[in-house]
Amino acid sequence: MTMILPSDAAFSSADAAQTRPDARVVEARSTVRLEVRNLCKIFADDPRPALALLKAGADKAEVLRRLNVNVGVVDASFDIRAGEIFVIMGLSGSGKSTMIRLLNRLIEPSGGDIRLDGRNLTALSKGELVEVLRRDMSMVFQSFALLPNRNALDNAAFGLEIAGVGKAERRAAALRALDKVGLSAYADRFPRELSGGMQQRVGLARALAKNPTIMLMDEAFSALDPLIRADMQDELLRLQREQARTIVFISHDAEEAMRIADRIAVMEDGRIVQIGTPAEIIRSPADEYVRAFFRGVDASRLLRARDLARCDDRVVLLDEEADPAPALRRLAERGVGYGYIRGHDGRFLGVLSRESGTLVSGLEPARGDDSLHGLLRRVASAPCPLPVVDGDGRFLGALSRAALLETLDRGGPRHG
Amino acid sequence: MDEELSALLGGGIGRWADWLVNRILDHGQPTLDVIAAVVDGFGGAIDGALLGAPPWALGAVVTAAALWRVGKGFALFTLLSLAAIFAMGLWEPMASTLGLVLSSTLLSLLLGVPLGIWMARSRWADGVGATLLDFMQTMPAFVYLIPAVMFFGLGRVPGIIATVIFAMPPAVRLTALGIRQVPVELVEAGRAFGCREHQLLLKVQLPNALPSIMAGVNQTMMMALSMIVVASMIGAGGLGNVVLQGIQRLDIGLGVESGLSVVLLAIMLDRITQSFGKNAPQGGKR
Repeated sequence: MTMILPSDAAFSSADAAQTRPDARVVEARSTVRLEVRNLCKIFADDPRPALALLKAGADKAEVLRRLNVNVGVVDASFDIRAGEIFVIMGLSGSGKSTMIRLLNRLIEPSGGDIRLDGRNLTALSKGELVEVLRRDMSMVFQSFALLPNRNALDNAAFGLEIAGVGKAERRAAALRALDKVGLSAYADRFPRELSGGMQQRVGLARALAKNPTIMLMDEAFSALDPLIRADMQDELLRLQREQARTIVFISHDAEEAMRIADRIAVMEDGRIVQIGTPAEIIRSPADEYVRAFFRGVDASRLLRARDLARCDDRVVLLDEEADPAPALRRLAERGVGYGYIRGHDGRFLGVLSRESGTLVSGLEPARGDDSLHGLLRRVASAPCPLPVVDGDGRFLGALSRAALLETLDRGGPRHG
Repeated sequence: MDEELSALLGGGIGRWADWLVNRILDHGQPTLDVIAAVVDGFGGAIDGALLGAPPWALGAVVTAAALWRVGKGFALFTLLSLAAIFAMGLWEPMASTLGLVLSSTLLSLLLGVPLGIWMARSRWADGVGATLLDFMQTMPAFVYLIPAVMFFGLGRVPGIIATVIFAMPPAVRLTALGIRQVPVELVEAGRAFGCREHQLLLKVQLPNALPSIMAGVNQTMMMALSMIVVASMIGAGGLGNVVLQGIQRLDIGLGVESGLSVVLLAIMLDRITQSFGKNAPQGGKR
């Protein structure tokens, strides 16, 4: 049997939480595509009085009351990274629809910068903006916004047609896009002949046909019934796996956001109140509004073992060694019952019980990508917090019953 | 005092209109001549084509249009109506009226649709245009005949011009309305995919405004028909002339025959042009 030596090396718990390497490309995500700084939208000819009030600490309602001016977005700053699905969510009236329209300047910002790959979009002339929109961005709408006088193929080809691409070429591209969303057999149908879900697939094909690097999706699936919506979410994730695009997705549906988001920004009254991964937001909501927003979400199906695996001072890591005595001494010092043993290559080897002085038998570590839902029984029956490993068998942390119950208890107050 | 004031004001407005018309007559003659020549050439060409064509050919075209756009029953009605008009000996005045209606409708659209587009896209144009259209629509139709005669004399040209002024408002209004009614998200989609203004107009707004614009075409044509009958008073010719003869001679038979011909022509034109509005692409399920 392998013996162990105590080790002070503890993984930072942040490591386990922040990276969620799915099948998608991780490296591409690190570069920032869209950089938004201090973005504001005031619906008034002269935004200055409203901006001054907001600076002085007034909120949206107060500005409306005192100046009769509507506030869309207040001082929003965030980065959207290449290849990620960035979900902006909030209740209606929180400014999320305004926000997405600021990004492609369907609505002109009152202040602030939007940089696409370092280029300031807010400073572009109309003509320059048109070029950027044609090349880089497309948009998908809640009401589909298909042209009723065009069939699916010509709707899908719309963006290319606008950009002056020849008929044969754009139709070929449109047909490929329709094929990607499974609608190539319906190319000659008109929007009125298609169901809602099919219409939105055409909307998606229209957005994909010109092969944009950024897709703006405004409540794209909200008008669809729940089954079709789930279908479309899967479709989007599948398309994203095939080719990672930078997607900004507006939603008011917490389940949807949890399902598709790499990161979520929560908006309230025109301000962004929290930005984080779904797991971060579920685990530590910034305020009561955010907590209430995600209260109904079934965290056990959304969160994965890696999201809850902790590697704090309650989890004692032991190195592979010949003699168990120092390890047991260390466990006694720390007052914990179990120690997690790692090999020299970082792989998880087993759990040492202080009581018996031997490895806990029959303990299968959970995989980082396992959903909590599937682990409930195993966490309940394990004598110690369940070890969690990544795809290569490296130790990520331990999943305790307390952490699990705390997370699943959506209603009550929790520590941050 | 009141009478004096009103006389002063009323007389003022009247005098002002007088002065304006005289100024135009004195200094605008070359322009008026050009307008007259264009309208005359346009109206003459259409008139000539309709009158020059043998009755059976014109009848066949109209009946075919009825069959294509409306249906068998209506095609039969069209055929019978045309036969009745022919039998009453009113074919030539009918063809002439049809020519006048078509040319004034076309001129109305040529001016009205661009105006409507402009009004839909500019708040300023909308404000000015709406006032102007109210004026054009509420002014009694006969009043247009006076300056038309003064500027262009008697005959086809002043008839068409007065008719254009009277019949244009629905084309303008319904074009503007149609464009404004295009769903906001369609326009956003156009912009989001990088439409320039003319692309937005041609590829998004106009196609979606088409049903409304066609309703405007129909309205304009009906108004043109009603006005062109009135315009016979200044020698525009056509069925209106026959109606006028009936009135002057107190000839009930002639009055009824010519009146009936106007009604039959109106029904044919109305149903056929309406069908374009109906068959134009409708908004799908949204």
